[in-house]
Amino acid sequence: MADRIFRINMTELTTSIEEVPADWMGHGGRGLTSTIVAAEVEPTCHPLGAKNKLVIAPGLLSGTVAANSGRISCGAKSPLTGTIKEANAGGTAAQMLARLGCKAIIIEGQPREDRWYSILIDEEDVTISEETDLVGKGNFAVVEEAGRRFGDRHGIITIGPAGEMKMLAANISIKDPDGKLRSCGRGGLGAVLGAKRVKFIAIAPTDAKVEIADPEKFREANRVFTKALVDNPISQALGTYGTNVLVNIINEAGALPTRNFSAGQFDGHEKISGETMHDIIVERDGRPKHNCHPGCVIQCSQIYNDKDRKYKTSGFEYESIWAMGADCCVDNLDLIAEADHLMDDIGIDTIETSVAMGVAMEAGVLEFGDGEGICRILREEIAAGTPLGRIIGCGAGSVGRAFGVTRVPVVKNQAIPAYDPRAVKGIGITYATSTQGADHTMGYTIATNILGVGGNVDPLGKEGQVELSRNLQIATAAIDSTGMCLFIAFAALDDATCLPALVDMINARYGISLTADDVTSLGKTILKTERAFNQAAGFTSRDDRLPEFFREEPLPPHNVVWDMTDEEIDAFWDFS
Amino acid sequence: MRLTVRLFAFFRDGRFRERECDYPEGTTVREIITSLGIDPGEVGVTMLNSRHCCQDQVVHQGDKLAIFPVIGGG
Repeated sequence: MADRIFRINMTELTTSIEEVPADWMGHGGRGLTSTIVAAEVEPTCHPLGAKNKLVIAPGLLSGTVAANSGRISCGAKSPLTGTIKEANAGGTAAQMLARLGCKAIIIEGQPREDRWYSILIDEEDVTISEETDLVGKGNFAVVEEAGRRFGDRHGIITIGPAGEMKMLAANISIKDPDGKLRSCGRGGLGAVLGAKRVKFIAIAPTDAKVEIADPEKFREANRVFTKALVDNPISQALGTYGTNVLVNIINEAGALPTRNFSAGQFDGHEKISGETMHDIIVERDGRPKHNCHPGCVIQCSQIYNDKDRKYKTSGFEYESIWAMGADCCVDNLDLIAEADHLMDDIGIDTIETSVAMGVAMEAGVLEFGDGEGICRILREEIAAGTPLGRIIGCGAGSVGRAFGVTRVPVVKNQAIPAYDPRAVKGIGITYATSTQGADHTMGYTIATNILGVGGNVDPLGKEGQVELSRNLQIATAAIDSTGMCLFIAFAALDDATCLPALVDMINARYGISLTADDVTSLGKTILKTERAFNQAAGFTSRDDRLPEFFREEPLPPHNVVWDMTDEEIDAFWDFS
Repeated sequence: MRLTVRLFAFFRDGRFRERECDYPEGTTVREIITSLGIDPGEVGVTMLNSRHCCQDQVVHQGDKLAIFPVIGGG
């Protein structure tokens, strides 16, 4: 099936299937969502209005049998940051859309009336239907009901009550192979879909396959690529302990943001660590190793059961556990898991919401360490859309403004994730300069600053940080276009066979001849496209800064401050 | 000379999480690693008092040595 663009107009309630413009042919995933948003969305538009567009795109290799290639990208102007935004996730949707010949979905306009809709995509058509039953329901109910209505094999993209209420921390959720959820978490894209009054998108299964120009070459490259992933010791650690393996090493390095970013180590770290989580999972007959999409060989996800050995949550990530654990001082994994499950159902970003809870604790709304209080606020305030729920559901910056807090860890209004920039200066450059607001995955310098991957750059010194962040941001933009999970980067940084095999697969899929330099150029082009959009939206270098408290307040145990100068930060963009 | 040794992830299996240990003056990080039956080639990161160190580093009384296998995440 040749790839095409599926355009859905929510003002006219019409759909069309279009040829792919030449300019978009070489793009996929984030490269494609950013290219389309930059081409079709007015940078100054209101993100919750009719002029914003939500673009959903599988990656360049999605739908093939390439290992780890099932990531989906969602893009728009973010209502949280006001910048261009891409959020990606696993689940089954990317592979299913690619097999249906869908290169991208563009959802534009806004219904004139107060009705809700769902969208069905199958081999024949793209259909908009009015939706009443599932309005107001949590994501798990949507997946279950959609299974009854359409069949268990349908893919689902859904928003929870948070997205319906247009909260700025609202995420877009993707059904995973077990019928649970993966999240396009950051930047409030759930609110964009809510503003277009789309509750969910159902995707029909198909027997169609993605066309491969050179199947023999593809097979061989995939063999080399898969081996590089499987052999890498980080893949093995991830498959045993999940991303939560990071709690102890980041804590040891004095970089684990604790008590709303007022310290770099947490007394309760062992209770929330990956090692402890692994033991609990095994003891309760959960699954310590689990993949979020078919074809993933790293399997960093897990199924975490409660004391009665019943499902509690899956995709139990370091970021979520850090934020509720160290940042909010809750040292109880069961309470954190309950909150994680609630956030999945409500459809809200665990990073943004949990950092917002930390700011709320600083404001005295609840006590640090009150895990039951976090769950209560999720159930009774956020899910119910009370004024307090809306303040917290609109993120860390919103809570800071409403309650007069100065220690508010955000960049471009997006909450800073699980690494304190004072103790890891490279990630501070990424937080400051990323086109997406504070985001760790956009240029994951932790690999080289802390983990010894791809070399070693002292986290506490200034030297080498800008170059490190730049190289990683460029590479990440390219990887985010392929549909690959970013965790292939660990193998890519340390195994010389990995990236060439990835490039070979892209070439074999499309019958083209990209080089490694072409891939770097792609990454640079994407960053420049995104930056140009942000500049047109009104952003300047003054927005590439960390909050004042990082300069003023030394972080224990190293007692360090953020001391990169404005000139040093702005030098990030010195590349062509 | 007494220092605290901390192990992480699968290095704990069949060993310990944290222990006060005695070693002669002048012992290096690498020597401590091999004394625990760990292959230095399998070590990802070592930290002394929360700062990265190399395996040639000599340890001192009261130090806290953390030994990690190769790990990663996001």
